[in-house]
Parts: sequence; C-alpha cells; structure tokens
Amino acid sequence: MSPSDDSKIADPRDEIVSHLPAMRAFALSLCRDGSVADDLVQDAIVKAWKNIEKFNAGTNMRAWLFTILRNTFYSNRRKAKREVADVDGQMAATLSQKPDHDGRMALSDFEVGFSKLTSEQREALMLVGAMGFSYEEAAETCEVAVGTIKSRVNRGRLRLIELLGLSEDEELELTDKSTMAVVNGSFPVKRHIA
Amino acid sequence: MQRDQPRSSLERQIEENLRKVYQKTVEEEVPDRFADLLRKLKEQDGAK
Repeated sequence: MSPSDDSKIADPRDEIVSHLPAMRAFALSLCRDGSVADDLVQDAIVKAWKNIEKFNAGTNMRAWLFTILRNTFYSNRRKAKREVADVDGQMAATLSQKPDHDGRMALSDFEVGFSKLTSEQREALMLVGAMGFSYEEAAETCEVAVGTIKSRVNRGRLRLIELLGLSEDEELELTDKSTMAVVNGSFPVKRHIA
Repeated sequence: MQRDQPRSSLERQIEENLRKVYQKTVEEEVPDRFADLLRKLKEQDGAK
C-alpha cells in the first residue's frame, strides 16, 4: 500500500502541505483560539494521513480535509460539552460601538462580531464568503443540505449586521451617502494588513 | 451553479471583511510543528 521505494506514484498525502494555510484559517474560524486551532489542524492531519485511502483521487482534497477538520472539532466539542459553557449558544452583550461615520466597519469590530456567531454560521460564511466555495461544495464539506448552508450564510449575515449595529435605515443612509465611494473603488479593499 | 451575489452594500462589506479575516491567517507562516508532524508521519510509514 505504501510504495516508499516507488517515487513515481504520486502520493496524495504530499498535497496536504499545500492546504495547511487554509486549514489553519478554517480551524481558526471554528475555534477562535490560535493554539486550539493548530491542535485541531494537527489532529485532522493525522486522521487524513491514516485514512488517505478514503480520499477519492481527483476530488477536492481541501474540502475533504475541511470535512475531517470540522468533524474533529464537533466531536471534540461534544466531548467537552459538560465542562465548557455553551459559548456559541449564548450571545454576549451586543457591541456597543457603532460603525464609523462613513459606515465602514473596523476589522476588529467585525472579528468580535464574527466570533459571536454560531460555529455553523462561521464555517458557512468562511467557506462561501471568504474562500469562494459554492453552496454545493460547502454543503458537501459540512455534510448538510445545500439549503441548510444557504440559511446559515443568510442568518450569519443578518446576525452580523445586527451585532455590528448596522440597521436597514443605516443601510439606506449608507446607500445615499457613500455607496458611490464604494462603487467607485475607494473601498479599502487592497489595503494590506500589516 | 451560480452563487447569490451579496445584495446590499452591507453584505458586500461583510464579504470583504470575511476575506480579510481569512487572508490574515492564510498569509501567516505555517508553524514548524506541521512540517515536523508530516515528516514523522512519513517516517512511520517508511518504518512499516
């Protein structure tokens, strides 16, 4: 099974290393604590390594690794449920800070808001919103129906809007005052995070 | 299959921020422990 002397046969496990940055980012969106996230990535790598024969060559390895990672996360969390309060279930006090006058959200506020979503909403938003997974790919990764992913993305978005103190009224106001700036590209998309 | 486009400027801002949060971690250097781990796993296989 493991032809260590035949280097001509590509081992899909050699691909794992190229997914490490994405795995760490995905893990961080689940656990919100860097060292816990890295432990999770480590566990997922070991599982992936030992179960590589279950990976269908030619399919999306990143999605497969993410599935292992999130299953590990949820199974760990179930085990820890008795010791740890259900932080995901209880929303801490809403953010008091309003967005800047121009309606722009500061990233730190955003991250705080994001951390208050449920892990299911966070992973759905991360996959679809940040990593460009299709709803179908995200559904497969999370092993749920496509409609479930769509609903998690939508609820996550709405919750963020609520947590960040952005209202429909402000949205209208925002549209009037600064949408043109956004449309015209002065939105600081390209700004690098130091 | 087409993905829903974020409909409002708020939703666009959310997507933008999500990408920044993601990008921030992705651009970090991967800690050495992972290279070590992969090397160990490979060695274990070789030793079988």
